[in-house]
Amino acid sequence: MLEMHNISKIFRADLIETHALRDFSLTVNAGEFVAVTGPSGSGKTTFLNVAGLLEGFDTGKYQLDGSDVSRLSDDERSRLRNEKIGFIFQGFNLIPDLNIYDNVDVPLRYRRMKAHERDERIKSALDLVGLGSRTKHMPSQLSGGQQQRAAIARALAGDPKFLLADEPTGNLDSLMARQVLDLLEQINEMGTTIIMVTHDIELARRAQRNVHVVDGQISDFKSYETRATEGFAAAAAP
Amino acid sequence: MIGYYFRLALASFRRTPGLTALMVLAVAIGIGVCVMTLTIYHAMSGNPIWWKSDQLYAVTLDNWDPNEPSDKERPSLPPDQLTYRDAEMIWSSDIPKHSVIMFRSGGILSGQNEQAGFDPVQVLTRVTTTDFFSMFEVPFAFGNAWAASADRGPEPIMVLSHETNAKLFGGQNSVGRTIRWNDREFRIVGVLAPWQPQPKFYDLNNGSFDEPEEVYIPWKWGETLRVDTYGNSSCWKPDPINSFEEFMRSECVWIQAWVELPDSSARERMQSMLDAYTDNERKAGRFPRPRNNRLTDVGQWLKDQRVVQSDNRVLVGLAFAFLAVCLINTIGLLLAKFLNGAALSGVRRALGASRRDIFTQHMVEVSAIAVGGAVLGLAFGALGLAGIRALYSITAVGAASANAGYRGLAHMDLSSYVTAVVLAIVATLIAGLYPAWRIGRLAPAVYLKNQ
Repeated sequence: MLEMHNISKIFRADLIETHALRDFSLTVNAGEFVAVTGPSGSGKTTFLNVAGLLEGFDTGKYQLDGSDVSRLSDDERSRLRNEKIGFIFQGFNLIPDLNIYDNVDVPLRYRRMKAHERDERIKSALDLVGLGSRTKHMPSQLSGGQQQRAAIARALAGDPKFLLADEPTGNLDSLMARQVLDLLEQINEMGTTIIMVTHDIELARRAQRNVHVVDGQISDFKSYETRATEGFAAAAAP
Repeated sequence: MIGYYFRLALASFRRTPGLTALMVLAVAIGIGVCVMTLTIYHAMSGNPIWWKSDQLYAVTLDNWDPNEPSDKERPSLPPDQLTYRDAEMIWSSDIPKHSVIMFRSGGILSGQNEQAGFDPVQVLTRVTTTDFFSMFEVPFAFGNAWAASADRGPEPIMVLSHETNAKLFGGQNSVGRTIRWNDREFRIVGVLAPWQPQPKFYDLNNGSFDEPEEVYIPWKWGETLRVDTYGNSSCWKPDPINSFEEFMRSECVWIQAWVELPDSSARERMQSMLDAYTDNERKAGRFPRPRNNRLTDVGQWLKDQRVVQSDNRVLVGLAFAFLAVCLINTIGLLLAKFLNGAALSGVRRALGASRRDIFTQHMVEVSAIAVGGAVLGLAFGALGLAGIRALYSITAVGAASANAGYRGLAHMDLSSYVTAVVLAIVATLIAGLYPAWRIGRLAPAVYLKNQ
């Protein structure tokens, strides 16, 4: 379970302060598929970075799978991130000079797993996303959809409880986007909690719950269908 | 993980080969210059007889001008050589285990007759007492040193250096053969094995790194044949010197004297004897300056005689300053390279790498650059030393002996290799600390969105 209570995050540059998150409170239960929507600059990505332990926060309380993360050292946060969280990015973020096998290997290396266990997990994850026969391919030799699937395999290889996805279909055409979405749903059905930041209406619609963020605060917790009925477009307007 | 990090380093080098080569080159040039200067400095400042350095003492007595010291730059030191009669007094003492009095001269070596098999050749000659060989542990290839009685006789016998024997007799055992030194026949009783103490501590007068003499003859031949010194002679008293005998009786200093004193008791007795001797001589009108008789061990002797010139120390300092400049450049290049890969580090952070993991990964990369720099730096150092050797081999013929000595210094030894590798790795790792730390501290989120 992911629980945030009154989280605030302020970016300071010279005399300017930007309140990226204000009293942000959210609970995501195990096994949920939550879409986070909102206009550009609303704080969606900041929320995802804080949730993924890539950034700290100024005030509030955050518990990830029972651990209070606010007092953890960098080593502890990194270990927690490695074991509990998988990331999927809009730009895939595969390491260009490593082949697909070695890319998926990266998080497992930081977990200090033995070689044979890593090998099993890598092959299993790549099979799951349909890239079992492309292990030696370099990222540049794959299509965008294949690269994103490789990135998903990398995120899944460590068997995380949470999958954090930042615009996972943003760089894909509609066909590939649908394939990636199907894959995410399949992963969610297998028990992984997914939190996905997206502008994609179809993606948001297919999530179990939709969290709408405006000006660093949650404005709505309803499902997409409910919000659409109540005037989604009006709420999303900047 | 180190093996994994090493693989990542290789991948990184393949990604930016030009930048990597530039960094290795920067480290290598700095290391090469340092190794070159340190090798020469190390050879210059070495003690060639360190194992008995605290038993061998140069003897110096201050017989100099009452109005000014013999060396105005080092007024506390007595002259670095002795008068003939003071040297004879030291030789006659039974306190030292061994004692050597000697000077450098020269002569013409020629065959016993026309069929000798070699042309006359000029040779530097050491006129010395026989203890020279045992005291300084000079190695023999053939034969032995002459007996002590031969010094006083003097007997017409001599010892050849390894090089002279090679030149005249093709390296064959020449012991027992007779050759002429100037106009007198000498029988060869010994041939040295290769021997080149650096610095030439026992006589620093004509160049600290000269090669040893080519021929050695018993001490009393100096007086018997009125052999001129080819070394330094210094005089302060305006006495008339019109003959060799007057020169021997003068206050001119031109003889080197060394004694071997195996323990502190012998050293104290020798010091007392010297003080008593000069006090007695002072009553007879000699030694007008305050008592300043010294027994100086080899290490201190090399320092007193400034074997390592301040120029050399400055050169070493400059070499390290140059290395620092190279390393500062390397720091800049490392920063550029690492920051260029910040996005990849951001991805790794997102996937669970801690700051320490990122730091270690980059330090392994720095280590690989350091090893490359060390290897190339050694090559540059060897190249530089080869250049020095070549330079000294084409200078004036008159300075041949000194040049040969410097050529001898310009060789890398085990300590040079160890120095280069340790220096390169330590220096480069230090240079890499900040860039590696910096990349580990970057906020990954910024780079993840932008990649």
